[in-house]
Amino acid sequence: MSATRRCCPPRALAGLFVWRVRNTGVPQIPCRFVHIYHVANNRLITFQYFNFLKRMYVTQCNKDLRQRAKPKSDSTVSPFHELQQLDQEKKVVHKISPVSPIHQLGSETSSRNELREMKSAAETEGSVIQVGAESKEDRQWKEMKLRLDELPGILARLSKIKLTALVVSTTSAGFAMAPVPFELTCFLLASLGTGLASCAANSINQFFEVPFDSNMNRTKNRPLVRGQISPLLAVCFAASCGIPGIALLTLGVNPLTGALGAFNIFLYTCCYTPLKRMSIANTWVGAVVGAIPPMMGWTAATGSLDAGALLLGGILYSWQFPHFNALSWGLREDYSRGGYCMMSVTHPGLCRRVALRHCLALIGLSVVAPALDITTWTFPIISLPINLYISYLGFQFYRDADRSSSRKLFFCSLWHLPMLLLVMFTCKKSLLEKEDKGDLPGGGHEAAMEIRLP
Amino acid sequence: PPAHSHSDWIGPPDRHSNLRPVIFYVPPEESALERRLREARQEAQDSNQRFWARHNRAFRQEKEEFIYSRLKAKGLEMRDESGHKATLNAEEMADFYKDFLSKNLKKHLQYNRDWYKHNFRITFLMGQVALVRALRWLRWRKKNVGQ
Repeated sequence: MSATRRCCPPRALAGLFVWRVRNTGVPQIPCRFVHIYHVANNRLITFQYFNFLKRMYVTQCNKDLRQRAKPKSDSTVSPFHELQQLDQEKKVVHKISPVSPIHQLGSETSSRNELREMKSAAETEGSVIQVGAESKEDRQWKEMKLRLDELPGILARLSKIKLTALVVSTTSAGFAMAPVPFELTCFLLASLGTGLASCAANSINQFFEVPFDSNMNRTKNRPLVRGQISPLLAVCFAASCGIPGIALLTLGVNPLTGALGAFNIFLYTCCYTPLKRMSIANTWVGAVVGAIPPMMGWTAATGSLDAGALLLGGILYSWQFPHFNALSWGLREDYSRGGYCMMSVTHPGLCRRVALRHCLALIGLSVVAPALDITTWTFPIISLPINLYISYLGFQFYRDADRSSSRKLFFCSLWHLPMLLLVMFTCKKSLLEKEDKGDLPGGGHEAAMEIRLP
Repeated sequence: PPAHSHSDWIGPPDRHSNLRPVIFYVPPEESALERRLREARQEAQDSNQRFWARHNRAFRQEKEEFIYSRLKAKGLEMRDESGHKATLNAEEMADFYKDFLSKNLKKHLQYNRDWYKHNFRITFLMGQVALVRALRWLRWRKKNVGQ
C-alpha cells in the first residue's frame, strides 16, 4: 500500500460516504460515477491500495445473478457481493458496477481495471458506513407503513435495478451486433421493454423467496424481507412493469421479441426459481435466462432469430457457467443451510468441470463468429488473449478447487464479458462490406420499415 | 409497538429463524375477510418460524458434531492453544454441506410446497381486502360528493 498518497483518497472516498448515507432513496449511479471518475482521473489511488482493500474483505459471492435478474441475464455481473466480517455481523456490500461503455472507450485497459477496482472498493467502503447505521436501525421494531418518499428506493431494490441495467446492456449489445442500420426508436423501445420485463421478473422472484432470502446473508436486506413493502404491492408492481413491458415489445418492436420476453419471464420466475430448490438443473435453466436478452436485442433489430442471435445467446450462455460456478463456490454454507440445490454443494467436481468446459467453449464460439459473418476474422484473434486467460483461470479453478481460484475466476468473468462484447462490436462486420458482397439480408430492411409505422 | 398505532409492526430478525416477526394490528371493526387475512398471515408466520428455527438449530448442531468428529479423527482438540475454537477449512466443510443438503432435501420440498401455498393465499386475500376497501372508499366518496 503506498502510504505517500493516502491523504487524498480518504477525502475523496469520504465524499462518497456522506453522499451515500444521506441519499438512500435515490438511485445513486450517476453521481457516483462522476465522483469515481474524478478520482480515477487524478490517479490518486494506486492499484495496490485497492487490491489490498479487496483482500481485506472476505468475499462471499453471491450469485445474486440468478436471484437478481429477471434474470434475464442471470449472470450479468452480480451487483452485490456480500462480505462477512469476522467480528461483527455487518454486511458489507461490495458492488461491481456495470460496465459503462462511455467510460471504457475513454480509458485504456489498465486504467479501466483501476477504475473498476476503485469503484468496487469505494463502494465497499461507502457501504460499510451505511451498514453501520443500518444495523442499529435493524434491531428496532418498525411500523409497517408504506412511505411514499421511500418508495422509489424500495422499488429499485425490489426490481434489482442494477442487474436490470446489466440485462438491458446485454440486450443493447445484441441490438448493436445485428447487421442492420441502427434505428434509435427501435433500440430505445427494445431497451425499455426489456428493462420493464426484467423488473417484473426480479420482483416476482423476490416475492417467491422471502423466507429463504431472510436466511441468507447476501439477501437479508431485501424490501420484502424487511417488510418495507407488502407482497400484494410487489405483485402489483411486477404486473404493472411486466405487462406494459411485454406489450411494448410486442407492439412497439415486434411480436417475436415480445414472445421471447414473456418466455424469459416465465422461465425465470416459474422454472428457475422453484428449480433452485429442487435440482441442480437450475443452473442450466438460469444460463438460458441469461442468454435470451441479447437474442431479444437481435430480434428487435432484425425481426428474426438468425444464427447471429443464437451465437450471441450462446456466448452469454457459456459465460454464465464460469461466472456463476465460481461465485457459488464461496457460498456453499449458505446454500446448504438454505436448501438450495447448487452444483457447488452437491457435485463439486461437476461444478468445476462445467466451468472449465464453458470457458473453452467461449474460445470456440469466438471463432465461429466470423464464420457466420457477424464479425471480421480479427475478432477471434483479438479476443484470444482474454479467452485464454479466463480458460486458464478456469483450469486453475478446476485443478485447485479452492476459494482463491474461484474468486479469481469470478472477478475475471466480470470484466471478461464486457470486454468481449466490446471487442465484438468493434470487429463487427460493417454493413458496407456486406452490401458490396450482396449479403445484406432483405428482411432486415423490412423490419426496420415496419417499426417506423405506429 | 405503541398502543395507539393503526398498522402492523415488524421487528428485528429472530435469533434462531432469521425471520422478522410481525405484530398484526387488529382494527376494532375488523371484517370477516380481514380477520381471515390476519389469521392466515399469523399462521404462515408461525409455521415459518417453527420450520426455520428447528432447521437452523439442527444445522448448527450437526455442524458442531461434524467439526468435532473430524478434529478428533485428526487428533486435534476443539480449542487450540490460544483458546480459539478450531475450525475446519472450506474444503473439509464441503462434505458436511453436501450431506446436510441431501438429508434435508425432502424436508425442503415439503416446506416449499407449504410456503408457496401460504404465500399465494395471503396475497390473494390481501388483494380481496384491498379491493373491498377501495370499493368502500369509492362509495363513501360518492356519498359525500352527492351531499
